[in-house]
Amino acid sequence: MPGCLEKMKMEELKPPAGRLANAAPSFDWDALVHDDRVHRTLYTDPDIFAAEMTAIFGGTWTYLAHESQIPENDDFVTTALGLRPIIVVRDSGGVIRALFNRCAHRGATVCRAAAGSAKVFQCAYHGWTYFNTGKLGGVPWPEGYACDFKDAKYNLAQVPRVESYRGFIFGTLNRDAATLVDHLGPMAPIIDQWLDRHPGGRVRLCEANRLKYKGNWKLAYDNSADGYHVKFSHRSLLEMENRLKVGNQKGMSFYKDAPDDSPMYVQYLGNGNHFKDKRPNIEQRPGALWEIEGAHPGMEHFEERLRDRLGEAAARALDLAASEPVNINVFPNLLILGNHIQVLQPRAVDETDTTWYGTAVVDDGNELDGAVDDVNTLRMRTLENFPNFGEVDDAVNFEEIQRGLMAEEDEWIYMHRGLDVPGRIETDENGVITAPATDEVFMRETFKHWKRLMSSPPKLSIQREA
Amino acid sequence: MASAPDPRRTSHYVTNAFYDALVTDFADWQNDDMAVGDVALRDSARAFLEREARLLDRHLLDDWLALFAGECLYWVPATPGGGDPRLEVAVCLDDRRRLEDRVFRMATGSAWSQIPQSRTVRQVTNVETFATGTEGIFMVRSNFVINEFRAGESRGLAGWCGHRLRRAGDGFEILVKQVNLIECDQNLRNPSIII
Repeated sequence: MPGCLEKMKMEELKPPAGRLANAAPSFDWDALVHDDRVHRTLYTDPDIFAAEMTAIFGGTWTYLAHESQIPENDDFVTTALGLRPIIVVRDSGGVIRALFNRCAHRGATVCRAAAGSAKVFQCAYHGWTYFNTGKLGGVPWPEGYACDFKDAKYNLAQVPRVESYRGFIFGTLNRDAATLVDHLGPMAPIIDQWLDRHPGGRVRLCEANRLKYKGNWKLAYDNSADGYHVKFSHRSLLEMENRLKVGNQKGMSFYKDAPDDSPMYVQYLGNGNHFKDKRPNIEQRPGALWEIEGAHPGMEHFEERLRDRLGEAAARALDLAASEPVNINVFPNLLILGNHIQVLQPRAVDETDTTWYGTAVVDDGNELDGAVDDVNTLRMRTLENFPNFGEVDDAVNFEEIQRGLMAEEDEWIYMHRGLDVPGRIETDENGVITAPATDEVFMRETFKHWKRLMSSPPKLSIQREA
Repeated sequence: MASAPDPRRTSHYVTNAFYDALVTDFADWQNDDMAVGDVALRDSARAFLEREARLLDRHLLDDWLALFAGECLYWVPATPGGGDPRLEVAVCLDDRRRLEDRVFRMATGSAWSQIPQSRTVRQVTNVETFATGTEGIFMVRSNFVINEFRAGESRGLAGWCGHRLRRAGDGFEILVKQVNLIECDQNLRNPSIII
């Protein structure tokens, strides 16, 4: 926990001033979320979306940023927590904070830059100036005020709980939330595995393939462990990657025949988190991952360079340039897949930004014997593959779902693949549920979690420097 | 001497030297002192770009591919100015083989992002030509506005292109096409057309 908490003033949040508690839209969640299906309005109703932006985005641990985006004190990046504009900053004392990007005076954002370094943020409207701790530094012509500006209410609001797990920064307005690592539970060691294939067990975020679709954010989250759509939604990618018929079947070809008979699987890990593990499809030896990587610019040249330079050790280096065959989905908005850190940002009930940050290998310990730049050069190109030739098709299919769901009398969305099929789904002693690759159990379990959050939303708080 | 590898099947030409040249060639070329005032050159460059736009608007992608040199690049940076593609991902960075992948995928009948297919009209304007340090190779800057209609909606895409062109016979071939969308670092909806 940040050491500054004792200096913080908490503000518990009740219904917004002026709105009566019993006037809020209310829903019969049990009528909308069944064991085998959910109601279309979960994707189309602006009131449900508004409730999600409060109860889920911020009500539970929500991914905000990656520490490699703010490596030095005073570095910041702007983002959003639900619809709330946020500045994630490593303050002058080194504490990572998530400040509301909202002047305490009249409400303007105090930072318009996407990222940068700043010791203070000054509102452009009336010049109120804040330290990067969120504390008010001063206002112009204070003699015109009778108030005491030492009152905490004039400092920037901030997210009361901000924690990192191995570089991934999350925040929640639920002061009573479990620690982040407890919340992640069995997901934490899976994130560890994803990181620990890299030298030093870490990555650095680099630029992103940024996409947008006119559809609800959950369409992307539902899709992220969906092994049922691949052969159909990505048919053109599967054909493209194998058009030259060189070497092994490339990319996601293991989805082509009978994916449920393959050793890959999907897991539900609690708290809305799920995991698609395609690694068992691939031989567990160095170089096997690289052998199924699709063609990309510079592939043969840099492979030869790495083999000349590293000999046997080139296999591991090349695997680092190949896309890791996992989908690690942390509810509600962080999707770690391949070598991407994909972030979902809801904009409206029917509009979502999906940003596919690339990740680069960092090799301070020189485990790759000077080859890290070549590995990253290849890796940038393999990263561009799926957003260009796969995600665009998914995104359009999400838009077509949103369009289809406008048929209001046809109310239900089914996600019952695998339900009640004997012997198909296993639950272990920790509650981790495992099923074949195309099963929809992870969606059903996520919606149970969603319903719990929406039925009894966590109590939310903000805090300000005291 | 062994014949050069076929860039349609393998990628040997995208080397560090290639990236170095790319970053250098596209860093600082739009200078008045390098501008070529020759009206004939400018007119032929403009005609070349207008033909390119027509081929794309008419979905004649194989003919469009034929405008490129064997060893070529189609580059849509994700950062204003382009950056160094070894350090960051681009919206698109296609060598010859990947460009043919892109065109192949469009023709599979299951590239859902282009079903239905976009209809486009492109305006190519403000064509300026610049000399390079190499005889017979020119840089061309042009602005574009693309009106795109797809699935019941119209939208606009705007930006400018830097074409690195080499004299070939009576015309040119494209060594590098850099497309600079004014919104390149923003979230783009269905960026599946060739720009």
